[in-house]
Amino acid sequence: MVEPRIALERVTKTYGAHVALAEASLTVQAGEFVALVGASGSGKTTLLKTINGLIAPESGEVRIEGEAVGALEPHILRRRIGYVFQEVGLFPHLTVAENISITPKLLGWDKARRAARAAELLDLVALPREMAGRFPAALSGGQQQRVGVARALAAEPHIVLMDEPFGALDPLTRDALGDDYRALHERLNLATVMVTHDMTEALLLADRIVVVADGRLIADGAPQVLAASSDPEVAALLAAPRRQAERLRARLGESA
Amino acid sequence: MSPQVEAAFARLPEYLAWHVLLSASALGLGLLISLPLAVAASRNRHIRWPVLAGASLIQTIPSLALLALFFPLLLVISAASEDLIGHGFSALGFLPALLALTLYSMLPIVRNGTTGILSVSPAIIQAAEGVGMTPRQRLFQVELPLAAPVIMAGVRTAAVWTIGAATLSTPVGQTSLGNYIFSGLQTENWVLVLFGCGASALLAMATDQLLGLIEAGAAKRDLKRAAIGAAGILIGVVVALTPLISFGKPASYVVGAKNFSEQYILAEMIAERIEDLGGEARSKEDLGSAIAYRALASGEIDVYVDYSGTLWANVLNREDNPGRQAVLEELTKELAERDGVLVLGSLGFENAYALAMRQDRAAELGIETLDDLARRSASLTMGGDLEFFARPEWQAINEAYGFDFQARRSFQPTFMFRAVTSGDVDVISAFSSDGRIAADDLVTLDDPRQALPPYDAVVLIAPDRVNDARLLAALRPLIGAIPVEAMRDANYSVDRDVDKLRPVEAGRALSRTLGLD
Repeated sequence: MVEPRIALERVTKTYGAHVALAEASLTVQAGEFVALVGASGSGKTTLLKTINGLIAPESGEVRIEGEAVGALEPHILRRRIGYVFQEVGLFPHLTVAENISITPKLLGWDKARRAARAAELLDLVALPREMAGRFPAALSGGQQQRVGVARALAAEPHIVLMDEPFGALDPLTRDALGDDYRALHERLNLATVMVTHDMTEALLLADRIVVVADGRLIADGAPQVLAASSDPEVAALLAAPRRQAERLRARLGESA
Repeated sequence: MSPQVEAAFARLPEYLAWHVLLSASALGLGLLISLPLAVAASRNRHIRWPVLAGASLIQTIPSLALLALFFPLLLVISAASEDLIGHGFSALGFLPALLALTLYSMLPIVRNGTTGILSVSPAIIQAAEGVGMTPRQRLFQVELPLAAPVIMAGVRTAAVWTIGAATLSTPVGQTSLGNYIFSGLQTENWVLVLFGCGASALLAMATDQLLGLIEAGAAKRDLKRAAIGAAGILIGVVVALTPLISFGKPASYVVGAKNFSEQYILAEMIAERIEDLGGEARSKEDLGSAIAYRALASGEIDVYVDYSGTLWANVLNREDNPGRQAVLEELTKELAERDGVLVLGSLGFENAYALAMRQDRAAELGIETLDDLARRSASLTMGGDLEFFARPEWQAINEAYGFDFQARRSFQPTFMFRAVTSGDVDVISAFSSDGRIAADDLVTLDDPRQALPPYDAVVLIAPDRVNDARLLAALRPLIGAIPVEAMRDANYSVDRDVDKLRPVEAGRALSRTLGLD
């Protein structure tokens, strides 16, 4: 049997009296795009960060392609996992190309290979190559997050973690970047886990939606499976996008 | 160019070289200590407060006091190391100055370093972790580069402070641009004082500008600009230090001098006599009164002139006064036994502490003796030199006569004389060989109870030089050869406002007058 890309087994994490994760188990296979949804403080970001070791669970086990995360040096682990988050966090003192090729540099790739990879990734995230020499401050928010995605993919990871990656972008940019990323995900056969509080985004991009509430995973399935769920919390989460869709149809006419 | 300015310029290469060496070493050492401290303080909140508070505390100590405090500390450590490994080290000069200035340079670097590292945004820290950096890589590739402009601003502040405070290393025996200021202050040579201030200010400004280039380069990620600044600093340091290759070799004899004109003149005379006999001599000027004897006993300096009463009270801790000759004899015996120091003999004059008043004022109040003064003291103001009120001599006359002055004020000696002639104070502590007593129409008051010990000027030789034939041959002719009038004239020729002589000139003139050349 092929090892799943990501496997969480009964992972628990508490902060004082607050239980952030309660025996959460999750498996993600190659090619799967999983969205973690839930209210603020539900534990979805904690779950994401246990995967790349930014948070260490108290009990349970996290495995990456069969290897236990706890047994790996955290920085070695993170070089194998792409990480994209809302604040982007581009290094302001490095050029776009240097930002993109930071993980390859840490892995000891030579200069020529890094430059070639940076150019390839600029193409991949649909940014002009002449941006390579610019500093992040000269880029728009959408362009910065494209660089963020390129940086996450630079070392050819099999896994990408995204924490509200498009949350700070305007709707048009957000839509375009979401679609572009989805295409990349398929082309590279990645395992992607994305945290979002936006149910519509989750429904549009993900293959699987995992609903987190109070540190527990209360639903896990394809959008159409979730749509049929009788669980009141899941139904409540789906109510808003449904209502929005109906209103849009009503306002734009049947042809829309 | 006036001869004074010319003479000042002649000494510039040496003074500047030492000043630059001292400031650059202190700043370098300060950076080496402060940056790791800043990193530790930014990482760990528990040590942040103590580190920053400690650095601030050091800053509140006046820099001169900080410099002075290192002398006794190093003396103790040196003695311990002598016991332990058989090697002591110099407690005077470069080392105490370096350590004090290093401590002094730390606050702005530690503070800015900590602030700079802590102000890197959490998103960037998270990204650094996310891309797989080790904590070390995060520090060197992200945090330090981003904090660099703030850190450089701290380094600039530290550099300006250090260069300014380095002028204060002169009194602990380290040559610096402060030599102009301290000897100028003593001899009322204001051109010299200004020259010293100007030189150190120019040095500080030039350094600040060059460091500013590095700071701007770091902020704008303009490597070229930063490189120009760094190259400027490096070239400046190297050029400034070249004279030390010739000046730096240790002189065979070190002549000590305390911080007043008579001491400068006598030190110059002694140095010239040693050189006449083929020796090499250099002087260590502006030593504090307490530091000078210890420096001699520990071999830091080879010879200097001190005064019997000072040694009697401060070194032997004696309060009695058995009379001039007995003091001299006992001193010679005790110092030889205790420290191995040779009292070669008295130069022939006394430079006693005496209380002096303006002649007209003394006549008006009917004061001739310290007894008369004590009766009137409640309505009078007393001025002393910087150390007088802390000295045992003051305690001795105060106990003997029971003074009750309206106020007591301390002055740098030059200003003390100004204060008494202008009437700001009524009576001052003076020295009997001071040329200004006669020149300013002052009168010294009699000491009928003999509370003040005698102050014969005596030549002291360091323990490891007591059998040095050349040194003894150079100095023996001076014993008993200098009458107080001749010394007073020589002192006045340096202290007066017009036709001032430099100490070396006054020394030569004195030698000529006395037929010693």
